[in-house]
Amino acid sequence: MALLTVKDMTLRFGGLTALNSVSFDVEKGEIYSIIGPNGAGKTTIFNCLSRFYNLDEGTIHINDRDITKISPSAVSNMGIARTFQNIELFKNMSVLDNILLGRHRKRSTNLLKEIFFTKAVKEQEMRSHLRAEEIIDFLELQQYRDQMIANLPYGAQKTVEIGRALAMEPEILLLDEPSSGMTMEETEDLSFWITDIKEAFGITIIIVEHNMGLVTSLSDRVLALSFGEPITIGKPEAVMEHPEVMKAYLGDEGAFA
Amino acid sequence: MVLVEFTQTVITGVSVGCIYALVALGLVILFKATEVFSFVHGEIMMLGAFIAFTCITFFHMSYILSFLAAVFITGLLGIGIERLTVRPLIGEPVFVIAILTIGLGYVFRAFVSMVPQWGTETWGFKTPFSDQYLRSGELVIAQDLVFIIVCTVLLILVLAAFFRFTKAGVALRATSQNQLAAVYMGIGVNKVFTLTWAITAALGGIAGVLVSPLTFVHMYMGLFVIKAFPAAVLGGFSSIPGAIVGGLIIGVAESLSGFYLPEGWKSVTPWIILILILLVRPQGLFGIQEKKKV
Amino acid sequence: MRFELKRSYWEDIRIFRYRSDFRWYMALVFLLLVLPVFIGDYYISQFNVVFIYSIVSVGMMLLTGFTGQLSLGHVGFFGIGSYTSAILVSKGIPFLLAMPLAGLLAAAIGILVALPAVRLTGMYLAIMTIGFAFIVEEVLARWESLTRGNMGMVVEPPSIGPFEFDSEFSFYYLALLILILSLLAARNILRSPTGRAMISIRDSEVASQAIGVNLMKFKAVAFALSAFFTGIAGSLSAHKLSFISPESFNFLESVKYLAMIIIGGLGSLHGAVLGAAFLLFLPGVIIAVKEYLPHAIASQPGLEPLLMGLVIVLFILFEPMGLYGRWMKVKHYFEFFPLYKKDTFKRVKSYYKAEKH
Repeated sequence: MALLTVKDMTLRFGGLTALNSVSFDVEKGEIYSIIGPNGAGKTTIFNCLSRFYNLDEGTIHINDRDITKISPSAVSNMGIARTFQNIELFKNMSVLDNILLGRHRKRSTNLLKEIFFTKAVKEQEMRSHLRAEEIIDFLELQQYRDQMIANLPYGAQKTVEIGRALAMEPEILLLDEPSSGMTMEETEDLSFWITDIKEAFGITIIIVEHNMGLVTSLSDRVLALSFGEPITIGKPEAVMEHPEVMKAYLGDEGAFA
Repeated sequence: MVLVEFTQTVITGVSVGCIYALVALGLVILFKATEVFSFVHGEIMMLGAFIAFTCITFFHMSYILSFLAAVFITGLLGIGIERLTVRPLIGEPVFVIAILTIGLGYVFRAFVSMVPQWGTETWGFKTPFSDQYLRSGELVIAQDLVFIIVCTVLLILVLAAFFRFTKAGVALRATSQNQLAAVYMGIGVNKVFTLTWAITAALGGIAGVLVSPLTFVHMYMGLFVIKAFPAAVLGGFSSIPGAIVGGLIIGVAESLSGFYLPEGWKSVTPWIILILILLVRPQGLFGIQEKKKV
Repeated sequence: MRFELKRSYWEDIRIFRYRSDFRWYMALVFLLLVLPVFIGDYYISQFNVVFIYSIVSVGMMLLTGFTGQLSLGHVGFFGIGSYTSAILVSKGIPFLLAMPLAGLLAAAIGILVALPAVRLTGMYLAIMTIGFAFIVEEVLARWESLTRGNMGMVVEPPSIGPFEFDSEFSFYYLALLILILSLLAARNILRSPTGRAMISIRDSEVASQAIGVNLMKFKAVAFALSAFFTGIAGSLSAHKLSFISPESFNFLESVKYLAMIIIGGLGSLHGAVLGAAFLLFLPGVIIAVKEYLPHAIASQPGLEPLLMGLVIVLFILFEPMGLYGRWMKVKHYFEFFPLYKKDTFKRVKSYYKAEKH
């Protein structure tokens, strides 16, 4: 049984069909990439998975549970973490606080206990801090630890976003163009981290990415999209050489002939 | 008799609603173009009324001239507000500027209370329509009310033509769609902001002169149009027809509840209607729900 | 600059970041404890008002400064707190029970207000809360069997057991105690998951959903907490003034509450108290200064609203981070002297990129 099953995902914006009957499934422990030219609907799939958009048709199941109709926060609480293409961090908080916020879904205390800051709250906070510091170490964010997000360079901000998602201890991690705007060096680090996240933490990862080198070296399987239509699914090398995929990226062959 | 009472109440409601609509229109245009939520428009309206009152009573100017003077000076005031206080805050969160305008409202009210001959008293002035009535059978309607309605309709037509046919109007519409894109297209967004403040403040001034026969002229008359807010929100705050419809709904509902319901309802009916409608449609009647793109 | 070696995660969690902070606060509390012995009743009364409004300010700060939800109707909660406490005490319920009940009722109504409010964004919410304040004022004025309407109500002084807080002097300690408790509660909330969730809503609703924060729930929690503090302050205020009537709960009062947190500096509990102190000592200062002003100016009734308006406008224009922000800048200046960069706190100008349809 697949971990995530998407069936006939269809989404229309007025007359525009952004996604047309997209179906795929992701196995546990896989790194699954979604590629396609700009406007193919990659980020839209993520927004559907995290329930920011309502599907017009189709269903999404996680471990056999239908999540097509539940609220965005409930989806996150089921263990789907994500990052955003244009970075959605809490800008007026420190890096540490941002990562601590990832622990929100692990909260087991209630408001009353928190007002009196009881022992349970204290212990929970200690655990959260321990986990947050581990993530800061893992992503080499120590030098930024107490800085405000707004003062961080772009690449570091992207990394903090991954850190926040990791703090959620998710089952599935959605990475939306993690390498965009990163330097070569940062992209290399990123590639190691993604492998580590899969292997050390056992988290299933779905990536939307333009850097084909990264996609080929990391992915177990790739889904190629064009104008909201799925073209092909398969091993990275096979997908890259698929004639329809070439056409989607490079235009009609005739144009080059 | 019942029908006559009802009709008269509705007509009063419509003309009060027109005032709400005019102020709401100012608020909506301002918000659309500049993302500023102004709480100072009630006070601009009050200043308009005081200027007309001064021109008529102390300078013995004609009604029309005083009217124009009020519109001109409130327009200038709008430009002044924009230049001195709003422009340095471009890019700040909406509510920061909103609170700034609340502060300005305090300053203007205090200013009025300190001007000799204005002060804290209630004043009134004669219009060409004072004490004149239209009669049809038992129905008696004050001409002041009719004048408010006629003026509002004319103003709306003029504004519509301005947005559709003039270059400045188109620039304003473009800015309201996307400020950054407007900058890239070579539209002087700062100029558009100034123009918008001038237009909307002048609209407030007009409303002030028009409403004076109904509310008289005093330093707290700005609070009268606090109900322009439910009117604007009701319409969706981004829709110009919405502001007009919202103003009329609030005006008529208020007038009817003042006549038929026990004392006290009149002041809360607009708010109750607002809350009920927002419960069903959080984006207002004509508004579009804005979703952030991620 | 201060560099401290941290040895335990607890040092990031505890109430006071540094040991020296704790000592300073203790010194401040001690100073406040002995202060009333040396000043007259008039000044003690001023302090009492500041304490009461500081509690309101803490409530407002939680909602607006930390959760980013603007309310212009908080005077409604203040009124509900005042009347609940006054009515309960007049029916023989002890003050010690009536005050929390007043807070709880305000909180319950806060949740009711939040229910439609959570679906609204930004200014829609602010406008709706104005409506709430109008409705509360009207209900207080019309529900004559309970509130005696516009005649107003006489309120008994607060008492705990046989002890009555009937003088400004004794009330001072009651108000100070409740303010300190409120501040500690607010601080505890802010350093725990609820507080972080609230701040996350302020910074990005999208991202807070993505980490699993239930927007509706936490906005309602913020409203309830904020209404609770405001209700408690309302209760204290009713018993201090010993007379309440509906027109003192006009919606314009809410502007004062907002002004307090802006002047203090949004997003800081220090700011909440500083702002309340600044705004409420202002009238006293005006009265004191009036004697030295020419009669023509001093006799103006508009002097106080003028200053109130000017203070709001000038703070937003020139000191957007408020009094606490100014304090931080001064501290920063000395810590980094002579390397202080003026532009560290400069505001960034930008046009709205929002696309509207």
